[in-house]
Amino acid sequence: MPDKTPLLKVTGVSKFFGGLTALNNVDFEVTPGEVVALLGDNGAGKSTLIKCVSGVYKPEQGGIHFDGRDILHSSPAEIREFGIQTIYQDLALAENLDVGANVFLGREKKRMMLGFLPVTDDEYMRVEAAKVLDRLDIHIPSLKQKLVNLSGGQRQAVAIARALYWNARLVIMDEPTAALGVPEQRKVLATIRTLKDQGVPVILISHTMQDVMDVADRMVVMRRGRVVANLPRKEATVDVLVKHMVGGADISE
Amino acid sequence: MAASTISGKRSLSRDQILDFLARSWAYIFLLGMVIFFGLTGRGFLTLANFSTLLVTSTMVALMAIGQTYVVITSGIDLSIGWTVGLSSVICARAMRDLVAGGMDIGLAMVIGVVLALVISLIPGFINGVLIARIKVPAFIATLGMFGIVRGAAFLLTDGQQIVGGLPNNLQDALRSFGSGSLLWWVPDQGIVFLTRPTGLPPEITRGIAGLLPFPLIVTILVIVVFGFILGRMQFGRHTYAIGGNQEAALRSGINVKNHLIWIYVLAALTAGIAGVLHTFRFTAGVPNAAEAALLQSVAAVVIGGTNLFGGEGTIRGAVIGALIINVLSNGLVILNVNPIWQFVVVGVVIIVAVLVNQAQAALERLKVNA
Repeated sequence: MPDKTPLLKVTGVSKFFGGLTALNNVDFEVTPGEVVALLGDNGAGKSTLIKCVSGVYKPEQGGIHFDGRDILHSSPAEIREFGIQTIYQDLALAENLDVGANVFLGREKKRMMLGFLPVTDDEYMRVEAAKVLDRLDIHIPSLKQKLVNLSGGQRQAVAIARALYWNARLVIMDEPTAALGVPEQRKVLATIRTLKDQGVPVILISHTMQDVMDVADRMVVMRRGRVVANLPRKEATVDVLVKHMVGGADISE
Repeated sequence: MAASTISGKRSLSRDQILDFLARSWAYIFLLGMVIFFGLTGRGFLTLANFSTLLVTSTMVALMAIGQTYVVITSGIDLSIGWTVGLSSVICARAMRDLVAGGMDIGLAMVIGVVLALVISLIPGFINGVLIARIKVPAFIATLGMFGIVRGAAFLLTDGQQIVGGLPNNLQDALRSFGSGSLLWWVPDQGIVFLTRPTGLPPEITRGIAGLLPFPLIVTILVIVVFGFILGRMQFGRHTYAIGGNQEAALRSGINVKNHLIWIYVLAALTAGIAGVLHTFRFTAGVPNAAEAALLQSVAAVVIGGTNLFGGEGTIRGAVIGALIINVLSNGLVILNVNPIWQFVVVGVVIIVAVLVNQAQAALERLKVNA
């Protein structure tokens, strides 16, 4: 079993928007090498919690520690540097560019042409991108293709590859399978398992119960800004989870 | 990769021909026009006419280069036509007044050019700030700037249609560059360096052609530099990224706001260069020098395959587009067609260009998914 010291530790976090309590005293942990599913209805607080972790929102109360470091007051860019990589549902890829250009977007590798002209080193970026994709066991026929010509699953893979290339120590995925066909969903889930096998923990936000049951080691259910259930894979059934989500189960659990 | 090569070989015939046509139709169209006008128009296929045609094309080409950057970021700059005029007027007026004040002609010319170029950047910078920081839509911001720059240009001519009255020695100096050439072709004599020979019989004079006109050299330099930046450098990569997905560019740490400001400054710079060249060629400042060239520059960009929704386009394409428009105008004039028809023909070409480019994108998608 992997190390039980939590890599990410969220303690007693509360976040208010005006009079609305978006997060109410939330505790949340992720240990190395585990896949944690974050479940809940719309407005339950999943996205708010994720945004607090990735630094987009600043909670009013509580603490957030990553690898022992207090990241409560760190900027999104700093948090990314620390190794928390968030892959949003819209992926944030430039579809008019190729795979290498996307993996290195904003951090292009350059080389000197004729000794003084800094040009983008497209070959290097393609080769490096191919290596990461290999590591994820993903094969894209031509890395020179613009992303617009790739399938949804392949694009998702590029987004994961980008996160991984830049030192991902914790990957957060927001609805990664929502827009995909069944074979591609399987591929993404397989990628999540590959990440886990390599010791990179994943927080998976999903509405699709089947996905969650397939890959997650632990299920955290949120409702109205609170964590209402925290179940290991063995104790979780779709029934139990749904009850927690809609408030049918005993909350005092 | 192996799979795609195999399927490519199997269906070489029709797909590849279609693909080739879609990719290079602009070149084929340009070549076809040159052949057509060469066969039908007397005097089209002469060195002298080609030299004139290329020099005339520099205006639209320069504006189209800046416009390509803007359009790739899914913007548009409607003001650069008047920035050309403003630059032309400032260049002419500054030189005239400095020379009148007793300054050396050479120095006055340098100051005039620098002043014109620097002031041209101001509308571009304001466009950029309005669009990138204050989130005014590019169309509106540059439409407003269109009016402001136009007014500024005419204010500087004191309401005249032209800044004229340049002293003769200044005019000669301007002409030696604006109408000059590094090499001349002279019938019966061959290639002559720098000085255009005079005092020859008219049938020979008519055949004299500038082989490397200075305005063309300047334009080629701009094409090379701007093409290199866009195609090979990080600045170009970020330009495409912003046009493809601004949110993605932002999240990957690109300073989108500053980048956009630079884009509009660069567009203004190419317009400023076009204005200065105009003053050198016509030895006068003309506020409405590029009134018609603005839409032609947008047309050139579109004909060259740049996507008006952003993310796609090349400098090479814009230059081909500018050439197509100017070959059309030149050829139709030589064929003695009523110049009004030019508008119709260019209009048709623009629409066809967009249709072909759409078809090409669809084709590419089909091919990949096959």
